Amino acid sequence: MLKITNLHASIEGNEILNGINLEVKPGEVHAIMGPNGSGKSTLASVLAGREEYEVTDGEVTYNGKDLLELAPEERAREGVFLAFQYPVEIPGVSTTNFLKTALNQVREHKGQEPLDAVSFLTMMKEKMKLVEIDQSLLSRSLNEGFSGGEKKRNEIFQMAMLEPTLSILDETDSGLDIDALRIVANGVNKLKTKDNATIVVTHYQRLLDYIVPDYVHVLYKGKIVKSGTKELALELEKKGYDWIKEEVDTTTA
Amino acid sequence: MSEVIKDAIEQEFTTNFEALEKRLNGASALPIHQVRKKAINAFQELGLPTARNEEYKYTDLKKALQKTFDFKAPSPQGKINRETIEECLIPGLDANILIFINGVFSNELSTIISPEDQLTIKDLEAATMEDKELIDNYFAQYANYEHDAFIALNTAFTEHGSFIHIPDNKLVEKPIALYFFNDAQAGKSYNQPRNLFIVGKSSQATFLEVFYTVGKHESFTNIVSEIVVNENANAEYYKIQNNRDTAFHVGTTQVWQARNSQFSAYTFTLNGAMIRNNLNIASDGEGCESHMYGLYLLHGKTHVDNHTEIDHIKPNSFSNELYKGIMEDQSHGVFNGKVYVRQAAQKTNAFQSNKNILLSDQATINSKPQLEIWADDVKCSHGCTTGQLDEEALFYLQSRGVSKERARVLLLYAFAVEVLENVKLEPLKAYLEDLISERLHKDF
Repeated sequence: MLKITNLHASIEGNEILNGINLEVKPGEVHAIMGPNGSGKSTLASVLAGREEYEVTDGEVTYNGKDLLELAPEERAREGVFLAFQYPVEIPGVSTTNFLKTALNQVREHKGQEPLDAVSFLTMMKEKMKLVEIDQSLLSRSLNEGFSGGEKKRNEIFQMAMLEPTLSILDETDSGLDIDALRIVANGVNKLKTKDNATIVVTHYQRLLDYIVPDYVHVLYKGKIVKSGTKELALELEKKGYDWIKEEVDTTTA
Repeated sequence: MSEVIKDAIEQEFTTNFEALEKRLNGASALPIHQVRKKAINAFQELGLPTARNEEYKYTDLKKALQKTFDFKAPSPQGKINRETIEECLIPGLDANILIFINGVFSNELSTIISPEDQLTIKDLEAATMEDKELIDNYFAQYANYEHDAFIALNTAFTEHGSFIHIPDNKLVEKPIALYFFNDAQAGKSYNQPRNLFIVGKSSQATFLEVFYTVGKHESFTNIVSEIVVNENANAEYYKIQNNRDTAFHVGTTQVWQARNSQFSAYTFTLNGAMIRNNLNIASDGEGCESHMYGLYLLHGKTHVDNHTEIDHIKPNSFSNELYKGIMEDQSHGVFNGKVYVRQAAQKTNAFQSNKNILLSDQATINSKPQLEIWADDVKCSHGCTTGQLDEEALFYLQSRGVSKERARVLLLYAFAVEVLENVKLEPLKAYLEDLISERLHKDF
């Protein structure tokens, strides 16, 4: 589904991604872990099409298409979804209103008829249950004055509505208490099918108790330096990142 | 008197004033004419403001007017047919409709639907003869012609306009909508309508001023509206400006509030040549509440200058101001917001906010908040932001599948809605929503 080959990216002349290789197949959950500043969020941003980052080398194919050629909205319409680390507050635009616009633009792209108000509402009610989000929250200005947990639940709610093929969760767990974490993880798990895939970007192993990954990759200095299964995450939790840093720094030195 | 006359344009008005005096004939014996004379003298002292005048720094009206108009003779009477007028009315707004052509009230074209015991509406000229006491008590008592040349000019040439009096304890349910039409079909037109709105104790009323120009020639309106909001009364005031590219406008809305009164002003500006709006409120009693909302959506070469002033004179009052602007093309916005809290006005709460979005490199905004506080126990805040559209918000919407163009419109509309949502008259709100959507190409 997704194939990243030798991806290099920089921002304002600083190289952040330094040759990433990763392949994600349908039905898989990949966790990307790593110390602060290792390039985890940059990877998520580049995949979603954030313009500040310049891809200097490498390629990304997604379902046979050159992903890097597509505008952010085209990526979304093709089924790529990014749950933001810091969801943006947008005064004056309600979640409901903007999601209706978004959903219908995605449907139009797929050659489907736009949803009428009733079907949209029915769909919304069904998806709201997944993340235990209240309708009154969704009719308010997008993320404005929301708590951290409400913002993250809103991200997963949007994901549920847009039914993406590839979801990228960028530190969705950071700053959440355990109850909010459970709700968010539960939502993600329920949305999992054999046809879609998830990339979970996280700093902490804790989330992976709830969203169990098939593969765990450790990112350091803009490269995947170690890959393994969920046991690798447990090892990282126990030993921290220093042993990996040392391993890498000695081999490169 | 003649030695202080500065330039040709002031001379034109002086000549014009002499013509007015002749025309007035017997009516010049009325006390109001003494006010006119004082005002023309004040005007001659002041002269029209240039960019050197701090209050008109970014809006050189003298230059613009001098270039475009000839004020030697009074502007001819206009004639606009009923169909054209009806096309301009706000759809679905069930209101008292007052039509003014070149500043002159037209009985024939106007429709008053509120019962007579609720209010008196008449041409100001008639009121100067029939309501002498009220005119003496209120006329030109608030708009200070000694300080502002345009107020002086308007006062000197006061003839027509409206006199609206609401007695005590009346709830005027139907809004009072004043439509000012400039007839610029045969040539340039200019006029100076004058309004006096008196809202009696514990009464409530809503006023609208809407401005149009018909015809391709330039027009100039210099309007003054004095609004008296008596004790415990409530007045709402809307000003709608979606005029032609050739329309010049100077308007002063002078408000006086007595204790426990409420006043809200809503100013929507969408188009015109050069526009200057002065909104001055004297919060002159305890427990007053004042709201000032403004939205200016400018494109082309439109120049709009909003000057507002709230003067807190007595303690325990509240004022809130929210002005927002979106500037496209080569348009130019100016915001100046003065908040005075006098020493006696303890426990005042005064808030001000001005936010602007510039959509082109050639658009300009000059924003100046001005707070002067002499009391020590008050809560005041002000904020002013100017920027482009939020890139992060754009990306967020795009990342959900919304096209960049549509995301941009969603964000701009949301920016405008913060002001628009305060409009209480539903048909007016719908009308403005349509205008704004059309401007922002929300129809996609």
